[in-house]
Amino acid sequence: MIYFDKVAKKYTNDPNAFAIQDINFSIAHNEFVSIVGHSGAGKTTLLKLLLAEERPTEGNIFFESVNVNELHRNEVTKLRRRIGMIFQDFRLLPNKTVYENIAFAMEAAGRSDEEIAFDVPHVLELVDLGHKIWDFPGHLSGGEKQRVAIARAIVNQPDIIIADEPTGNLDPVNTYEIVQILKKVNDIGTTVILTTHNKGIIDLLGRRVITMEGGKIIRDDQSGKYVL
Amino acid sequence: MFWLNTKRIIRTGFLGFWRNGFVSLSSILVVTVTLFTIIVIIFTNVVLESVLADMRSKVDVNVYFVVTAPESQILAMRDSLNKLTEVASVKYVSRETALAEFKEKHKDDYLTIQGLNELGDNPLGARLNIVARDPSLYEGIVKSIEDKNALVPPDQSIIDKVNYRQNKVVIDRLSEIINGAKQLGYLLALVLMFISVLITFNTIRLVIYMSREEIAVMRLVGASSMYVRGPFIVGGMIYGMISAVLSMALFYPIAIWLARATTEFFGGVNLYTYYIENFFQIFIIVLSAGVLLGAVSSFLAVRKYLKV
Repeated sequence: MIYFDKVAKKYTNDPNAFAIQDINFSIAHNEFVSIVGHSGAGKTTLLKLLLAEERPTEGNIFFESVNVNELHRNEVTKLRRRIGMIFQDFRLLPNKTVYENIAFAMEAAGRSDEEIAFDVPHVLELVDLGHKIWDFPGHLSGGEKQRVAIARAIVNQPDIIIADEPTGNLDPVNTYEIVQILKKVNDIGTTVILTTHNKGIIDLLGRRVITMEGGKIIRDDQSGKYVL
Repeated sequence: MFWLNTKRIIRTGFLGFWRNGFVSLSSILVVTVTLFTIIVIIFTNVVLESVLADMRSKVDVNVYFVVTAPESQILAMRDSLNKLTEVASVKYVSRETALAEFKEKHKDDYLTIQGLNELGDNPLGARLNIVARDPSLYEGIVKSIEDKNALVPPDQSIIDKVNYRQNKVVIDRLSEIINGAKQLGYLLALVLMFISVLITFNTIRLVIYMSREEIAVMRLVGASSMYVRGPFIVGGMIYGMISAVLSMALFYPIAIWLARATTEFFGGVNLYTYYIENFFQIFIIVLSAGVLLGAVSSFLAVRKYLKV
């Protein structure tokens, strides 16, 4: 489904200053992959390249056999509708209610008002936030915000969910709940890519782990070991 | 799909305007100042034109006729001058009227009146008072009169004199002042408008700068450029519309207050009357400027943050 082929990314003209380099890996449908590493290892850079938020300096990235590098701006927009994104800092739209935040993702995908009116309450029930439907993000706790972000990410039934340190700002209880939701999403059939430096999450998941250090992949472990 | 998206963009634009509260209010105030400046420029031009027209009307040329000139010929000349496009008006002053005016003008001058009475006959000839559309046109009018008079033998000429040459210096100087004032007025108007537009653009850019992270999120979620940008443009247009109404309302009491001053001091134009009579046209200009300014500023300001 996803294939990184000799990908490298540099932000300066210094020939030795690679943010990531020699990145080669693939992710199949319905996999749950965790990417671990210390801060600055290159995890977020990897995700930005996959989202076409940035272009690689070397190599190619394929999403369902389509080269992400060669996509036109309009095609990038369509690619992103197939990817559900969850951020560490939630990134909800502060002037929209919970309902409107989730509905926005559906509106961007061109869904009808009837579909939105039907799906949004359902997906909020999935993340146990049906009672907060008309609240603004400013009135939610961190855990609730992240659950709204997950709801927004999954409402269009994307091919893949990318969660960039989704529990970085959460307490252990909320961390556990978020991870359980992501597991449930993966069980339904959605591929999940999770970046984290939380050993507890990795041990909890017991799924494939890609370890990064200094911009390179140093381990790709199917058995879910956290080794840094 | 197009109408669905359009409806959603407009709805989101209104909601965003409403929910941004204080930010929207400050944007409206800034745009109002800009539009108020435009209204002031419009009315300043009106007053300036009125003053200049008043100055122009005070400049005239008189054609003095000999005392034996037949009235029919004078009236014929008047009619032919009226047909010239350069001529705004031609007034015939008969010998009797000229004498009455002279006596009125010198009524306190005993010696002059006594001298006139001793003459017995009316020594004054009739005259034509010519007002041109612009002081710069007098040269051509006078030349036309002199050319026609040149065709007539000197002993048959009915024209005694034309006082243009004596007044030429004043007329030329006045033309220069009028043209200079107009050019300066346009230049000042342009500079003021440019500064106001720049301030408005920067204010709206600042408002959108505060939403830059939201814009990035919208792009990452899969929204198209137009879907992200649309509500901001709608918001900008709303700022423009409300500001147009506010600036017109603000100018209303000012127009009343200044009406007397402009009528008495500058002569001619009543600012309040002009405001009422041309309210619709002025409102359309101000509204269009406001909506355009808000929309274009938003469009340009969002562009930078769409490159996600």
